[in-house]
Amino acid sequence: MSRVTLLFCQVLVAVVVLALWQAFTTVPVFGHILLPPFFFSNPIDVFSQIVNWFSTGVIWKHLAITLWESILAFVIGSAAGILVGFWFARQPRVAAVFDPYVKMTNALPRVVLAPIFALWFGLGIWSKVALGVTLVFFIVFFNVYQGVKEVSTTVLDNGRMLGMSERQLMRHVYWPSALSWMFSSLHTSVGFAVVGAVVGEYLGAAAGLGYLIQQAEGVFDVAGVFAGMFVLSAFVILIDMAVTLVERRLLVWRPTAAESRG
Amino acid sequence: MDKAKPTAVALEDATVAFRLADARVYTAVEKAHFAVADGEFVAIVGPTGCGKSTLLNVAAGLLKPAAGAVRIFDLPLTSLNRDAGYLFQADALFPWKTAIDNVAIGLEIKGTPREEALKRAQAWLTSVGLGAFANRYPHMLSGGQRKRVGLAQVLIRDPKILLMDEPFGPLDAQTRQVMGNLLLELWTADRKAVLFVTHDLEEAIALADRVVIMSAGPGSRIIGDWRVGLPRPRDIFEVRLDKQFHALHREIWGVLKEEVMKGYAQSSQARGAD
Repeated sequence: MSRVTLLFCQVLVAVVVLALWQAFTTVPVFGHILLPPFFFSNPIDVFSQIVNWFSTGVIWKHLAITLWESILAFVIGSAAGILVGFWFARQPRVAAVFDPYVKMTNALPRVVLAPIFALWFGLGIWSKVALGVTLVFFIVFFNVYQGVKEVSTTVLDNGRMLGMSERQLMRHVYWPSALSWMFSSLHTSVGFAVVGAVVGEYLGAAAGLGYLIQQAEGVFDVAGVFAGMFVLSAFVILIDMAVTLVERRLLVWRPTAAESRG
Repeated sequence: MDKAKPTAVALEDATVAFRLADARVYTAVEKAHFAVADGEFVAIVGPTGCGKSTLLNVAAGLLKPAAGAVRIFDLPLTSLNRDAGYLFQADALFPWKTAIDNVAIGLEIKGTPREEALKRAQAWLTSVGLGAFANRYPHMLSGGQRKRVGLAQVLIRDPKILLMDEPFGPLDAQTRQVMGNLLLELWTADRKAVLFVTHDLEEAIALADRVVIMSAGPGSRIIGDWRVGLPRPRDIFEVRLDKQFHALHREIWGVLKEEVMKGYAQSSQARGAD
């Protein structure tokens, strides 16, 4: 399939779905409407809601809050994950002692922590950041831990034979290896940072995309819920594209990263 | 042995043993005793799994012998061998560094300013025939090109001893010969002591001044030591047609063949160490 036909087919799917949605919510079939607009809204209402948000500028504040929470969650979670990952990988005894607790914490569904974080950090951004951090941390931690542990012994021996000290091995061998593992999970960890922020907002906040959706839901404004969902997915796709750009730049040395992501 | 020259590497009854998972002890090499003079090119040949690489790791200081001693230029080796450069069998380049950075790193960690290190690295890449490939990452290079970068990476530090562990093993036959000639050419420029491990007897005779034969493991021993009298400079392609080459090959193969058969019989019983 050529690029143009592919694009055409992709657009066609969206058009057909939206047309069916619009038709079933507005045109009566055999005397009654299949999708009651109260529960399903309709594409035109949803679209005008989105336009309204952007034209009045209300949405920017919420987008900025969610973005800011995601960034903070990602940065703090990654930094902590890298530090602890390195520490555990270089100190197998520490890792062995903490192993059951790490597994236990990771097994916990993070949503149940949201109320506690709301109690500890209030309804502002920090309770959402905390939720995102607990999600991001474990992904980065496991990857960095793996990356440091699985450095090729040949490459390590080569570094030693070339005269590297422990610190230089850290910098030239362990660090790039750990980073490459971390970057390979960049899409997942960034995605989870957003999930943490939105879920946190949904469960209790004063601003953000999750709050927007939750507010609309509270007044049975289905158009508002759908509009919030569309803005959220566009937001996540944009972030993911940014991550792909960063990844291409940082992982040029890897044979597969650039090619398989295409 | 040439008494006028100092001894670069001396293994004195070195025994290497590993503790296995079930607490038994596996003796890889038993009482290896031999020396490499400064400027001498010695090849170690033996069947697969005879502990050739193990012996090299002992000379590099990556492994400690269970008994016996290692002396480097008459000093006992206590930690890593700082006088040695090691060319590994497997890919050992840093995959996250470009070819030129891979070569320059040996100087940079010694504190050479980056600019000078890069200039000298470029010169080395040129002398291994990769002047135009400086900015390629290892995965963009062929197996032979990676070995050339590896060679430059080791040689730029100007080590007094060169340890090579079947460096051309994974390459195809033609590339091996080209690499062999390149190695001889670079070695002739400033004769370092070379300890070259291979399972290829022809390669060993073509390259080395001396060929040392090891018996099949476990507990492999050195069972032969031949001097190769072929004149230098040699060309790997042509030296194989030499009568003297054939005579020596037949003589050594007579000894080696039996060990290869033993080694083959053992490795067909499940065992994975090399």
